[in-house]
Amino acid sequence: MTYIAKPRLHHPTLAANKLGYTRRDYEGKISTLCAGCGHDSISAAIIQACWELDLEPHRVAKLSGIGCSSKTPDYFLGNSHGFNSVHGRMPSVLTGANLANRDLIYLGVSGDGDSASIGIGQFAHVMRRGVNMVYLVENNGVYGLTKGQFSATADQGSQSKRGVVNSDAPVDLVALALQLGATFVARSFSGDKAQLVPLIKAAIVHPGAAFIDVISPCVAFNNHAGSTKSYEYVRGHNEPVNRIDFDYWPKREEITVDYPAGEVISVTQHDGSVLRLRKLAPDYDPHNRITAMNYVQEHQAKGEVVTGLLYVDPDPEDLHRHLNTFDAPFNTLGAKDLCPGAAALEKINAALR
Amino acid sequence: MKALEAVNDFVVKFANVNGSGSASANELFARSILRMGVPVSPRNIFPSNIQGLPTWYEVRITERGYLGRRGGVDLMVAMNPQTWDRDLKEIEPGGYLFHDSTRALPKSKFRDDINVIGMPLTDICNATYTDPRQRQLFKNIIYVGALSALLEIDPAAIEKLFSEQYKGKEKLLDSNVKALHLGRDFALANLQCPIGLRVRRADRVGERIFIDGNSAVALGAVYGGATVCGWYPITPSSSVAEAFQRYCQRLRVDRESAKNRFAIVQAEDELASIGIVVGAGWNGARAFTATSGPGISLMSEFIGLAYFAEIPATIVDVQRGGPSTGMPTRTQQSDVLACAYASHGDTKHILLFPEDPKECFDFTAQGLDLAERLQTPVFVMTDLDIGMNTRLCEPFAWDETRAYDRGKLMSYERLEAGVEFGRYLDVDGDGIPYRTLPGTHPTRGGYFTRGTTKDRYARYSEAGPDYVDNMQRLLRKFETAKGLVPKPLLVPSPKPARFGAIFYGSTSPAMVEALDLLAERGIHVNALRVRAFPFAEEIVDFCNSHPWVFVVEQNRDAQLKTLLVNDSGVNQTRLVSVLHYDGTPITARFIADEIARHAVSHTVIPFKKAVS
Repeated sequence: MTYIAKPRLHHPTLAANKLGYTRRDYEGKISTLCAGCGHDSISAAIIQACWELDLEPHRVAKLSGIGCSSKTPDYFLGNSHGFNSVHGRMPSVLTGANLANRDLIYLGVSGDGDSASIGIGQFAHVMRRGVNMVYLVENNGVYGLTKGQFSATADQGSQSKRGVVNSDAPVDLVALALQLGATFVARSFSGDKAQLVPLIKAAIVHPGAAFIDVISPCVAFNNHAGSTKSYEYVRGHNEPVNRIDFDYWPKREEITVDYPAGEVISVTQHDGSVLRLRKLAPDYDPHNRITAMNYVQEHQAKGEVVTGLLYVDPDPEDLHRHLNTFDAPFNTLGAKDLCPGAAALEKINAALR
Repeated sequence: MKALEAVNDFVVKFANVNGSGSASANELFARSILRMGVPVSPRNIFPSNIQGLPTWYEVRITERGYLGRRGGVDLMVAMNPQTWDRDLKEIEPGGYLFHDSTRALPKSKFRDDINVIGMPLTDICNATYTDPRQRQLFKNIIYVGALSALLEIDPAAIEKLFSEQYKGKEKLLDSNVKALHLGRDFALANLQCPIGLRVRRADRVGERIFIDGNSAVALGAVYGGATVCGWYPITPSSSVAEAFQRYCQRLRVDRESAKNRFAIVQAEDELASIGIVVGAGWNGARAFTATSGPGISLMSEFIGLAYFAEIPATIVDVQRGGPSTGMPTRTQQSDVLACAYASHGDTKHILLFPEDPKECFDFTAQGLDLAERLQTPVFVMTDLDIGMNTRLCEPFAWDETRAYDRGKLMSYERLEAGVEFGRYLDVDGDGIPYRTLPGTHPTRGGYFTRGTTKDRYARYSEAGPDYVDNMQRLLRKFETAKGLVPKPLLVPSPKPARFGAIFYGSTSPAMVEALDLLAERGIHVNALRVRAFPFAEEIVDFCNSHPWVFVVEQNRDAQLKTLLVNDSGVNQTRLVSVLHYDGTPITARFIADEIARHAVSHTVIPFKKAVS
């Protein structure tokens, strides 16, 4: 980490988005993580994605649990509200926040310890409920802040920095998310920004529970030979199934580029926007939850890390739809909207006599 | 043999098997007496089980309006062979036993000093009904019919209750009325009616309503503007969330869009329930959860976060017997300390102690205000006795002009105008800082909420002075709370009193009666009902102005007394504990006996008198 504050001045030619903001307007405090940490690349990808989507930074709420990954929301979107909650419990806090104001974008940032160990229960249930959010796990296979203990996503047989071999079977969050009903499931690699940024953008646009598992090497404790979460290992075993390189196309915008049939899958989302996926694995169908689960597991058994948009439901339901909630955010409702009044209470009294 | 004689002042206890449909028949019995203008106080005594275990329903008929549990039974309706022996023992000498005489029991199964009333209920049912479920359900109504004859309860009152309950369901109405009269007619023809215990019309109920505390909490949450409820089922609190769902369905669905102005999530556990509440509170919606002791233990980490990060949260604790799984279906006031100091580190929380359903309603609505005003968790400390029993109480009232107190919220306009914002900055000297809600302003007022130490501007800090500054401000905020929470209420003795007594929550009806019992014995006591923590100055003054103060509680460890000594510096040698914690509701007899016993030992006989 560095302790030198970022200069406020920036290059005059730095591009502005439709709102007139440059990427700098989406930055946060200076990171306190180790130099080379994968998490910082993910923060940069989030900044890039939000800038490209022309999001008002303050309309995003950032929530996290505890750990290195959960510190990162302080390092992007500095004008947004953030909530560094308790270990493993970000999903419930995010659920409550989302119920209070359905109009904001909810970005949950967690780690493998936070989500796959202490928080695996809340991880499971937030996916089941279909909370409209981006749930991003910065997955490095170790506990960084407590100095290198294995986490629950560490592969069986992988080695710690001290040479200890992990004997426990790993928790695969992607498989869990697929099984539990997440309507957008992706995996990516912090070292592949070209793949990650469009995935984050697509996840933000997705109106349901979107989960991205980002393999994010820990340079301090899990970047050595024998680790399956090191830069070298992931680069060597990355098996992308597709790339969203055509990105998010707003509704009525004309699509002018033509691609050979069979190479591109178009996914029309609920709001009319279209995701275009360039196929890398010719037999991969991101619309089928069951085949997605099988594909990921088969390749995992071979030691490969399957990345890309693994599953997407183009017409997802979310918790608000399930609960049939009112359109206006709850946090804007006052006594006039919520209190049934004295006359109704008198009727209730009468029925209790 | 003596036969008890009483009009409008006796106790009837029903011994049943749970799952047999007796609960609604027994409540019908209680309500019919209420409809005759005579106050009743019923209590369910039930097992943690769905079907087959013993359950009791005890109804105190009390023209004088004593709603506490009296103790003792004047008429036992013994419908459960499994508990026959102990039910029999409980009857007061000269009391009555009503039982199903279809199968003859040996004389050894009875007592000589009670009046036995046998009625062949099973025979009557079998002769009338063929369906086994009907035989079971109508047996209950038949005994209510018989009791109406034995106790002179007006059958018209019962029929009116039927007609209200089965409005539009004529078939059910007719069959219930028929069963009622079947029992009543048999009793009139074959039993000696009435017995010495009788109900006589009176006018002592007035405008009061009859409702359980959990429903009242739920209604208070509706009126108080709660929109988000996260909960996890746990006895005895589950019916809070269920009642909230019911009331919202009726009162909170938008007419035009048919959409809900509420969101209820049955979470995966109590950690998630409180997480949902904290998330919603952080984002500006009024949110609450209802739980019991074990749930509070699970929520403790989040409660500390909400205290330190200053997030509104309303937690209803329907207390039951602890520790561990304890007595899930019995009552206690044993979470006082666990809630007052919930979570690790230095924490103190606001507790409200409602005495009955009326205050459950009031304090839940007020709790939602206090949580936002003080930006902190607020506990509504009810218990099973209040929560799960229907209780006669003052009708609910709502001031039409009342607005919700949203506390210190920094608006877009004020941020835009350049008003200084520090999330943990004490601008008014009351310890309460301003907060902003997510999404308020594009460039101002955003901050990072965390459970770790921060400075006044919400910047991460590990500096000792920043930490101390913040902790001291939280203390100032707690002082401010003293002036906002419900004040204690004094029940002054009409005659000069040397003793004081402090009580709270569900002890209230038994205490009020105990004061009368004590006065009859010449022991005069000033009583003070504590309604909230932090303790108001009046409570400390009350303790200091009496040589001895009894602190009446329903727990083993004198938890409120500990809090008084610990937090208000009350001299503990003045405080004498009166503790009842066997899981049954405290009785007036118990309180009066305990206080009388202590009063004798604490009555100093003047020296002159002693030697003369």
